[in-house]
Amino acid sequence: MNKQRKFSIFRYNPNTPEIKPFMQEYVLEEVPGMTIFVALNKIREDLDPSLMFDFVCRAAICGSCAMVINGKPRLACKTLTSDLKGTITLMPLPVFRLIGDLSVDTGTWFRQLSLKTEAWIHSEKKFDPEAVEDRMDNRIALEIYEAERCIECGCCIAGCVTANIREDFLGAAGINRVARFMVDPRDERTPKQYFDVIGSDEGAFGCMGLMACDDNCPMQLPLQSQLAFVRRKMLAYGLWGK
Amino acid sequence: MNYTTIITDVLVVGAGLAGERAAIEAASHGLDVIILSLVPPRRSHSTAAQGGCQAALGNCAMGEGDSTDIHFNDTVKGSDWGCDQDVARLFVETAPKAVRQMALWGVPWSRVVAGKKVLPDGREIEDKKEKEGLITARDFGGTAKWRTCYTADGTGHTLQYAVDSVVIRLGITVHDRTEAISIIHDGETCLGVVARCLRTGELRIYLAKSTVIATGGYGRLYGASTNAIINEGTGMSIALDTGIVPLGNMEAVQFHPTGMVPVWILITEGARGDGGYLLDKNLHRFMPDYEPVKKELASRDVVSRRMIQHIRKGLGVDSPYGPHLWLDIRHLGAKHINTNLREIKNICMNFNGIDPVKDLIPVRPTQHYSMGGVRTNIDGAAYGLKGLFSVGEAACWDLHGFNRLGGNSLAETIVSGWIVGRKVADYTRGAELNYSYSLVQGFARKQQERIDKLISGLTGRENVYEIRREMEQTLMDYVAIFRNGPDLQKAVDKFQELHRRSQKIGLRSGGKWANPELTAALRLPGMLRLALCISYGALTRTESRGSHAREDYPKRDDVNWLKRTLAYWKEGADLPELRYEPVKITELPPGDRGYGESSASAAGGNKAN
Repeated sequence: MNKQRKFSIFRYNPNTPEIKPFMQEYVLEEVPGMTIFVALNKIREDLDPSLMFDFVCRAAICGSCAMVINGKPRLACKTLTSDLKGTITLMPLPVFRLIGDLSVDTGTWFRQLSLKTEAWIHSEKKFDPEAVEDRMDNRIALEIYEAERCIECGCCIAGCVTANIREDFLGAAGINRVARFMVDPRDERTPKQYFDVIGSDEGAFGCMGLMACDDNCPMQLPLQSQLAFVRRKMLAYGLWGK
Repeated sequence: MNYTTIITDVLVVGAGLAGERAAIEAASHGLDVIILSLVPPRRSHSTAAQGGCQAALGNCAMGEGDSTDIHFNDTVKGSDWGCDQDVARLFVETAPKAVRQMALWGVPWSRVVAGKKVLPDGREIEDKKEKEGLITARDFGGTAKWRTCYTADGTGHTLQYAVDSVVIRLGITVHDRTEAISIIHDGETCLGVVARCLRTGELRIYLAKSTVIATGGYGRLYGASTNAIINEGTGMSIALDTGIVPLGNMEAVQFHPTGMVPVWILITEGARGDGGYLLDKNLHRFMPDYEPVKKELASRDVVSRRMIQHIRKGLGVDSPYGPHLWLDIRHLGAKHINTNLREIKNICMNFNGIDPVKDLIPVRPTQHYSMGGVRTNIDGAAYGLKGLFSVGEAACWDLHGFNRLGGNSLAETIVSGWIVGRKVADYTRGAELNYSYSLVQGFARKQQERIDKLISGLTGRENVYEIRREMEQTLMDYVAIFRNGPDLQKAVDKFQELHRRSQKIGLRSGGKWANPELTAALRLPGMLRLALCISYGALTRTESRGSHAREDYPKRDDVNWLKRTLAYWKEGADLPELRYEPVKITELPPGDRGYGESSASAAGGNKAN
């Protein structure tokens, strides 16, 4: 006989503000290998079809299902219930706009982040379909990919004190995104252009150095060293103009 | 009631790679474009493609001498001569250019590193100094050369991020969390869609000179699929519901050899391409017994069948989830696994608690790809309605015929997105938007009535999730890798019953706002019509070709079946109407694939005893 597990889940629909937010309890039998993905779908299909939450890939690739699980921002799809003690408490990520229950709008937030950091290759080069590609050292390609692995799940933002108190802070995801373009030889931006994007309290200097982002990142991105890298670049520009 | 109405030049439904690439092309030609998507673009299923993207660049040692001709031959053989060869030719010629364009847009393709290397089978190869720094490639199934370009273990992710970065740079409007639930048309021309907002539940009308369906595949009709949970064939379904747009080759369903038991998450073909083995319960490497030449790297349909054949001999490993086989990559070494195959390692650790550096991975063939879809011509224009286009997995362009090669789907997204996007732009610039607003409102009202009916519960109390589970199980039991007449007939009967029951769904949760039960209930009848197109098409096709393997008709039958199925659905019908059209053969006449069960001797009427 499998163990019964108790879930305590945040409920609120912004379309019906007259019903105040509350925590709702559900009890499920814990099957072997049960993840929060499996559990939430079971709850929706068998107990409460109105419950809102987001999953897409269910394989820790797409970044849709981040939520606060027993106090920590994590990807629900790869969190096993057997790794959690006692009642399992699920809350939506803070900072992001709530759509309903556990569902939050990370998409709009991250598109804004891309716009603010101009997160695309800045290049004057025109595409010539007949030409062979420019060469790149494979080590550089891997270095770019290391930073590009961010899946924009929002765990680093939700767990960040600065992001929770100031709305315009780009957070670790933003700083990492800029670092990704800084190491890319195809991007022709100057140090000044980067400084204008990230050399402020909204960017690299807003961070208080608590580094919860680094602890919470489900992709294990080296967010602490990315911050240090970007700050060094900003410092070099500030001191020597390059 | 008045509905919010939004008018644009081009409406793209689906923000995965194919949809976004087409949107960019249309926007670059000065057109207003709106993309609708179930999820934010960077959450699309395209990001899950780990393995790579085929293009005949010929840069790496094992790709030397590659050409578009060889890529063409591989693709046509892979399709078991079911593809349109003019499309395949256009595709292979464009793929190298598309891959290089992606390099300019920011994809950090893995590059050639010069020097000698020893492959897992002992062969020594040397990457030349003069190729160093060019885009490299890895080995994939069914290919004569190493041709699959990749970004470490995250090819789809880096492609989607690069393409989406261009969408953002160009300021293309994306309405995410929006689902197209009906195509608006006047019987000749497509006028746009009725869409439901998945934030508020509101119905909206989108009117456009051209509409592009780019919603991906229908993998989630099956109970065990590698696909993301949003892959429910929504775009194909609304195209079918027009009654005049056909779906092509819906019976052609790809099973990927290595879905991980029991969560069915994909272990990329790159694992075998890089030298991984398949083992049975005695830890015997069995694929060379069946396929001495291609071994683990025959095409996916062949490897999947060999695996099931081997399991049926009692050589599978027993588990609570049914028998499975092992994927062994331990001999590739920790360094290789931790960089080039890191995603596999993460998936194994996170979802199974195993470490592929020292453990075997439990695998079984799992539904993976929909070769069929909205039938289009070589320009991506859908049959039946002017102004309607389709790209990517949602479309039957038809590049893949009855079996898609690994690495050809990512390549298809960026190639067809580019080509079809240009054709959409050409069409749209010459088109006008003429509509009767009462006709348009009629389409929205019809959807509102469906919703009201579901909420009221007056038509019945059927449970949407119960019907859905029965559909998933029926497809797994009767319309999977090996098929036969009696089983397929059972499936068709069952889906007809479920389709009738799906008209009597009653919600249990009120259905207000963006209610998820209502979302599921609105989709399910269309999903069952797709299931009927798949199973009825499979029942009628009395031959074996590519992924469609009939135990009662084990041979390919070029005399009677060298043709494409077109499925139409007339309003109120309980079965699709099937018509057929010839396959375009321009260069390579039907022959033997060189792997798999021999198909060369196929002729008419070779029913098995």
